[in-house]
Amino acid sequence: MVAEVAHSSTSPFAIDIRNLVFQWPGEHGFRLSIPQFLVRRGERVFLQGASGSGKSTLLSLLGGVLLPQPCHMRVLDTDLTMLTSSARDRFRVDHIGFLFQQFNLVPYLSMRENVLLPCRFSKRRRQRALQSAGSAASLEQSADRLLAQLGLDMTLARQPVTALSVGQQQRVAAARALIGHPELIIADEPTSSLDAGRQVEFLDILLGRCDDENVTLIFVSHDQRLGSHFSRTVDLDKLYGVAPGSA
Amino acid sequence: MKALLSLAFASAWNRRATLGLMAVSIALSVVLLLGVEQLRTQARESFSQSISGTDLVVGARTSPIQLMLYAVFRLGDATHNIRWSSFQAMAEHPAVAWAIPISLGDSHRGFAVIGTTAAYFEHFRYGDRRPLAFATGKPFADIFDAAIGAEVAERLGYRVGDRIVLNHGAKDLGLAEHADKPFKVSGILQRTGLPVDRSVHVSLEAVEAIHLDWQGGAPMPGLSIPAEYVRKFDLAPKEITAALIGLKSRAGVFQMQRFINQYKDEPLLSVLPGVALDELWSVVSIAEKSLLAISALVVAVGMSGLVAVVLAALGERRRELAILRSVGAGPRVVFMLLAIEGLMVVMAGALLGVLGLIVLNLFAAPILEAHLGISFTPGMLSADAWQLLLLVMTTGFLVSLVPGYRAYRLSLADGLTPRL
Ligand SMILES: Nc1ncnc2c1ncn2[C@@H]1O[C@H](COP(=O)(O)OP(=O)(O)O)[C@@H](O)[C@H]1O
Ligand SMILES: [Mg+2]
Repeated sequence: MVAEVAHSSTSPFAIDIRNLVFQWPGEHGFRLSIPQFLVRRGERVFLQGASGSGKSTLLSLLGGVLLPQPCHMRVLDTDLTMLTSSARDRFRVDHIGFLFQQFNLVPYLSMRENVLLPCRFSKRRRQRALQSAGSAASLEQSADRLLAQLGLDMTLARQPVTALSVGQQQRVAAARALIGHPELIIADEPTSSLDAGRQVEFLDILLGRCDDENVTLIFVSHDQRLGSHFSRTVDLDKLYGVAPGSA
Repeated sequence: MKALLSLAFASAWNRRATLGLMAVSIALSVVLLLGVEQLRTQARESFSQSISGTDLVVGARTSPIQLMLYAVFRLGDATHNIRWSSFQAMAEHPAVAWAIPISLGDSHRGFAVIGTTAAYFEHFRYGDRRPLAFATGKPFADIFDAAIGAEVAERLGYRVGDRIVLNHGAKDLGLAEHADKPFKVSGILQRTGLPVDRSVHVSLEAVEAIHLDWQGGAPMPGLSIPAEYVRKFDLAPKEITAALIGLKSRAGVFQMQRFINQYKDEPLLSVLPGVALDELWSVVSIAEKSLLAISALVVAVGMSGLVAVVLAALGERRRELAILRSVGAGPRVVFMLLAIEGLMVVMAGALLGVLGLIVLNLFAAPILEAHLGISFTPGMLSADAWQLLLLVMTTGFLVSLVPGYRAYRLSLADGLTPRL
């Protein structure tokens, strides 16, 4: 059974959650409860759900920013509930790339510095970024290469990131999520502020990169039409009863 | 840590206009604080340097502080004089090594005229027991000779041999001039940084001579004694304003003080310069402390301004903090980021303030010297000033923790998804 394998150090699951309960503080705080949520390594999961259904909350739990009530929760075979908060911070940057809806960039950093942010906070990401770029390459070169792969011209590097179009900003953010080969990419409605044409274009680029690097992707959107691009769609509202790996 | 510092720097640089203004306002408050402190210590120093080696200052009975002010610092006027006979009695006292008479009341184009004797140039000491010395020329020898201070010579462009006319009264009233009896500059003293620089020194006989045909502060009508006849009169001084006394042995100072204070013929007051200065400081220190307190308040205002600015910007930075959290920055890192940013502004402000003070020193020193007689040595900060600066920086550090803590709380509550 799957449950036994999940405890070994290389289970086939990137995410393995059972009976998770989380409640925001306050009397009427939102309560998220997930009986089971499994994601295989290398899977592209489209997570959909109405606004306010707790998608972002789930992603924060996966990133170890929030801590659920004691339960079985493994992310990349790590039990986040057992880690200290600074160990969770470290885990997050070492293994997960994040992508948000809008204003994804630090306004006072250059395009390249924005991409390199995870490498500034994680030695692992730094080393992996350097490895992928080839022995003689610098971090900056690996950032530039990634930006180029995402279709960003380096002539854009001279202007402040706030001057970039939303689509360009999202690609820079994607480069930041991808740099240093994290095993898991978590994207929280990264296409919501793009117009329809750009949405598909961005999605294609992102999925292309994820294929090349064989990373696990959790992609959140309330726009069901995008689901067709993914190997599996999970509806948070109906998560209860979703069989693991059933697509 | 390196990542954190360069982030904090980039962030501060991004908002350099606002933060620069904050740094300038802190710098100005630091200039004020350190300036007041410097003025205070320099004024004290300059006052204590004004006299050394003098055991007693003697004058008519008044308050010790007032006596010090007019006899030593040439500030204010004496209300009463003392008799020449009293001075002689003191000068001839067996315990006394030397005595310098001082007669005040006349002026020359705004500079005080001092009637005294050769003993002044011989025995007067200042600073580190330094004697007065002549840059050119020599002390007065003739009745109508005058030895002038360095500032007088410089400002009025006098050289040895020039003729000058004295005014009656300490203020220039224009009318009451002793124009019939011009003086010749016999010597120019070296610069001392003391009231001496702004004084014209003449003999006691000269003071008598120019007042021969005067009575009650005005020329006697119909009476005018030409300069050449003056010598025929009895020019022995009758009154002086004050006296400086040096003893053969310091041990006898209280005995001598008692002798003077209980002098039979007229009420006299003698003070130990050090004691009188201490008394002066205790009076002045109230004003000093209030000034310092006000300056400290201004610094506090500058700091709260900084906190307000950093806090106000924090609201717009919640997304940025969430991004940083997503790349592994813990709430503590966020805390430090904001604290470092504030601290950088405070440090820049303090540094700028010190630089500003140095520049101000260069410009203000001559003005202060000319108007207040405070010799202002531009240069290093005093130990007290360094302490104040340290206090400012410590306060700045503590103050910087406020936005840091706020950011910490925000980023804990927001996590990756600030709800704006
Ligand atoms: N920082 C927070 N503090 C308290 N409650 C929150 C916070 N963030 C989200 N919530 C609550 O959690 C619920 C789900 O929010 P969220 O996870 O953002 O949903 P979604 O991303 O699906 O729109 C909301 O009803 C909201 O009230
Ligand atoms: Mg959301």
